[in-house]
Amino acid sequence: MRKLFVVVLCVGLLLSGVASAQETIRIGANLEMTGAVAAYGQMIWEGINLIREIVGDTVLGKKVELVLVDNKSDKVEAANATTRLIDKENVVAIIGPAISGSMLAAGPICEEKQIPIISATATNPLVTQGKKFVFRACFLDPYQAAAAAQFAREDLKAETAAILSDIAQDYCVALGNFFKEEFEKRGGKVIVEQHCKTGDQDFSAQLTTIINANPDLLYVPNYYTEIALICRQARDLGYEGIILSADGADAPELFSVGGDAVEGLYHTAIWDATKGLNDIGQKYIDRYKEKFGKDPNMFGALGADAYLILINAIERAGSTDPVRIREAIEDTENLDVVTGKVTIENGDALKPVVVRKVEGGKFVFVKTVTVE
Amino acid sequence: MTVGEISARCRLFLTVLLFGLLMLGVVLAERYLNAYLVRILNTACIYVVAAVAYNLVNGVTGQFSLGPNAFMAIGGYTVALLMLPLAQKKEVYFLQPLIWPLNAFSFPPSLFIVALFLGGLLAALFALLIGIPTLRLRGDYLAIATFGFGEIVIVLANNLIPITNGALGIKGIPEYTNLWWTANWAFWTVFVVKNLVNSSFGRALKAIRENEIAAEAMGVNLFRHKLLAFVLSGFFAGVAGGLFVTLISTVSPTLFTFSMTFNLLIIIVLGGLGSITGSTVTAILFAFLQELLREVEAPHTIGSWTFPGIPGMRMVVFSVILVVLMIFYRRGLFGRRELSFEDVLYLLLGRKARA
Amino acid sequence: MSWVTFFQQLMNGISVGSLYALLAIGYTLVYGILGLINFAHSDVFMLGTYFAFFMMVIFLLPWWLSVLIGVALCAVVGMSIERVAYRPLRNAPRISALITAVGVSFFIENLGLVTVGARPKGFPRPDLMKNVYVLLGARIQGVTFWVPVISILILFVLFYIVYRTKIGIAMRAVSRDMETTRLMGVDVDRIILYTFALGSALAGIGGVLWACKYPQINPLMGVFPGWKAFTAAVVGGIGNVVGAMLGGFIIGLAEILIVAFFPGLTGYRDAFVFTILIVFLLVRPGGLMGEAVREKV
Repeated sequence: MRKLFVVVLCVGLLLSGVASAQETIRIGANLEMTGAVAAYGQMIWEGINLIREIVGDTVLGKKVELVLVDNKSDKVEAANATTRLIDKENVVAIIGPAISGSMLAAGPICEEKQIPIISATATNPLVTQGKKFVFRACFLDPYQAAAAAQFAREDLKAETAAILSDIAQDYCVALGNFFKEEFEKRGGKVIVEQHCKTGDQDFSAQLTTIINANPDLLYVPNYYTEIALICRQARDLGYEGIILSADGADAPELFSVGGDAVEGLYHTAIWDATKGLNDIGQKYIDRYKEKFGKDPNMFGALGADAYLILINAIERAGSTDPVRIREAIEDTENLDVVTGKVTIENGDALKPVVVRKVEGGKFVFVKTVTVE
Repeated sequence: MTVGEISARCRLFLTVLLFGLLMLGVVLAERYLNAYLVRILNTACIYVVAAVAYNLVNGVTGQFSLGPNAFMAIGGYTVALLMLPLAQKKEVYFLQPLIWPLNAFSFPPSLFIVALFLGGLLAALFALLIGIPTLRLRGDYLAIATFGFGEIVIVLANNLIPITNGALGIKGIPEYTNLWWTANWAFWTVFVVKNLVNSSFGRALKAIRENEIAAEAMGVNLFRHKLLAFVLSGFFAGVAGGLFVTLISTVSPTLFTFSMTFNLLIIIVLGGLGSITGSTVTAILFAFLQELLREVEAPHTIGSWTFPGIPGMRMVVFSVILVVLMIFYRRGLFGRRELSFEDVLYLLLGRKARA
Repeated sequence: MSWVTFFQQLMNGISVGSLYALLAIGYTLVYGILGLINFAHSDVFMLGTYFAFFMMVIFLLPWWLSVLIGVALCAVVGMSIERVAYRPLRNAPRISALITAVGVSFFIENLGLVTVGARPKGFPRPDLMKNVYVLLGARIQGVTFWVPVISILILFVLFYIVYRTKIGIAMRAVSRDMETTRLMGVDVDRIILYTFALGSALAGIGGVLWACKYPQINPLMGVFPGWKAFTAAVVGGIGNVVGAMLGGFIIGLAEILIVAFFPGLTGYRDAFVFTILIVFLLVRPGGLMGEAVREKV
């Protein structure tokens, strides 16, 4: 009796499996729903679901089914989750973990099993390096720094620049280096480079040295706390030139700490949550505000981007064969997603960098920069 | 000396037996436990190495050092730089290339043990350099100087980009560390330190802890004894650092901050300052406790209620434990007692253990 | 480097140094009387800024009143720490007291992280403190003029308390020999409590002035100023109040001028301070104004 029941159950499961495989396309989501960076995973999940409400959940006439597996913000769990999604859940593609460490653990598995994986926000260069099936929906620090350098040279007409970067943050060090490279390639000159350390509060010595060199522009690719204090002290010490920073500046604390000293500060950003760059971006922002009653966040937007890139690739591939989907993702060009027009190159996303300026205690959109 | 002391030969036999049992445990664990548990056990064994070494200075000798994180960092970076494959060296150092001669060679896996020893030795060398000026002085100064040294090491790790790759850290270090290595090092660290503590040298160290002036009057050379204990402790801390980076496959300046020292401090205080057994047991407990308390920090959903996680709660709990222990239960779990073979034998034979 | 730039750097150094000096006095006071490194001093420093901040933002009190209440609360916190954590360990081995001090410090920092969060808050400050004045080409913030004035005032008050009042005499007696003082009929516990109140109030004042110069407060803001101030106290000769001030200025100036003269080495700024510390321990462990270190038999 019991045996019979098991057999019936198995057959039933098999049949339903076959049936669902015909009718739906399964996409895995390997996200941080709990653990240290649960907030990231949850925001990405929110963004994916929101965009599905906007663009619908069908492609090639089939319903897209999302299979969510929590990787608990842990790289071992992320690897296990990846294996499970591929072997047990039979997904054709995966939206990968938010953080680079987990993405580095999941990547090789996808390479081996030939299933494309795309992360919304993993920024470590090693994530996609030398891999065919690993992608990301965000741009990288070198790209952002290059955009900043281009903006500094072409739009702000800066001839000379100084850099004050946080030596204890890989993000800041990398941005500083790439900015210098690009700025000098474009004919400018970085005349002084200074460093500080996360948690520093006094920058007077560094800033006095910088002011003494009299640069046209000061590049501070740090986090908001340091940026606010640096602006404050730079202005107090009499610096009157332009200050340019990166997406680390984007926090309300910039204004509460920096006050009038951050007025006129430029920064590069992934996107502007107040103004959509295209139709779908505006729809996303409106829908998000309507549903959650607050400004949308970058993680959700990039999660939506990852989903859109995948769906678009499946559509162009005209098939659910993972290898063909992978080729279609790599061929993505000027696709309109939430954060602008995206092109995929060597696994990384290239898209316009937003430049904003502080005016009257808030960020104001200036323009978008596409690196040439 | 009490009646029932075990003979030296019997002791050797029991030590070998214990070692054998431990190795059997390793084989079984590697085969039957899941990756997550094995990982915690690995961390536990590394904590044993670091905590027992730290206890030699803080507990046995009574000198307040705040620098094991620095020595672990030195050992960790050394091992990472020696073991990182050449191809990975090219890939990781994309800001500034690695300097010669580090960029020209890489140890094969078979030389992992040599790398660990070199990491330990370099840490010991720095312990010697930092110990010479400070161990002549009164206890408090050691605390300040070792803390300062820890900060210097972190600053150097951030700034010497052609060697350490700065804040980017070194990623993709081959994961050579497994339970086999960590359990062996834990065993041999305990073995060496315990035998040292039971020797005349160890008695001199304890005399220093109890009363420096009296110890000196008895003819103990304070400086040399403290220095030797400090250097040995530095060696094992370096090895622990090396094991750690090859376990988690990455090293960066944030890995060995003062929190690492704080964790070790909790372990040795909870186990009982001066008790090797205590440090060993609590180091293992701590590794599991840390995982448990991770739960406290994660958000929980009960029914329709979601309780937000409280990140950082772990450290609040640990610091309260530390202060409460110091005030109400300064002896810790084991006081200064050690679990000896005699105790175990008596226990097994159903007789009362020695007083 | 031009003369103006050099002068500006000199002013920067004095400005930072005077804040270290103020903090160092608190460390040296407690150390001089109890022989304990009060690791929690830098956290009381941080608490002072938060107390004042919440008084201003939540209770909307005027600036000066908020600061006064903040400083008073610091004194209360200092006394509580002494009563709860340090007193039970008065006769315990020195290492136990040090471990407890580290524990208390970590507790306050992490409790701060859990309750108010790691994100910094902007600290409101009066114009008197934030206006910038130009002196011989160097630009100097208002607070920079005030800190040395306040420090010297505090120094006088301290000297008055320590040398002219009964409590001060008792404090000095406790620092010489606690047991004998107790036998003489002095309530030693009370005297130590007062010492902590005084030291913690100083930390509170230091915190507020620090926040006036760097208008950003967060739960870990005290850690590095604390260690540098402690280094200053050691350089000046621990236990010596004048030495602590001198040490503060030396550390502040050294930190700034090394960066000024070797701009390529700015990333190493914190390492310099601790190197100075280790060098001092090596060649002159008693500090500039301290006595030779000798253990009492």
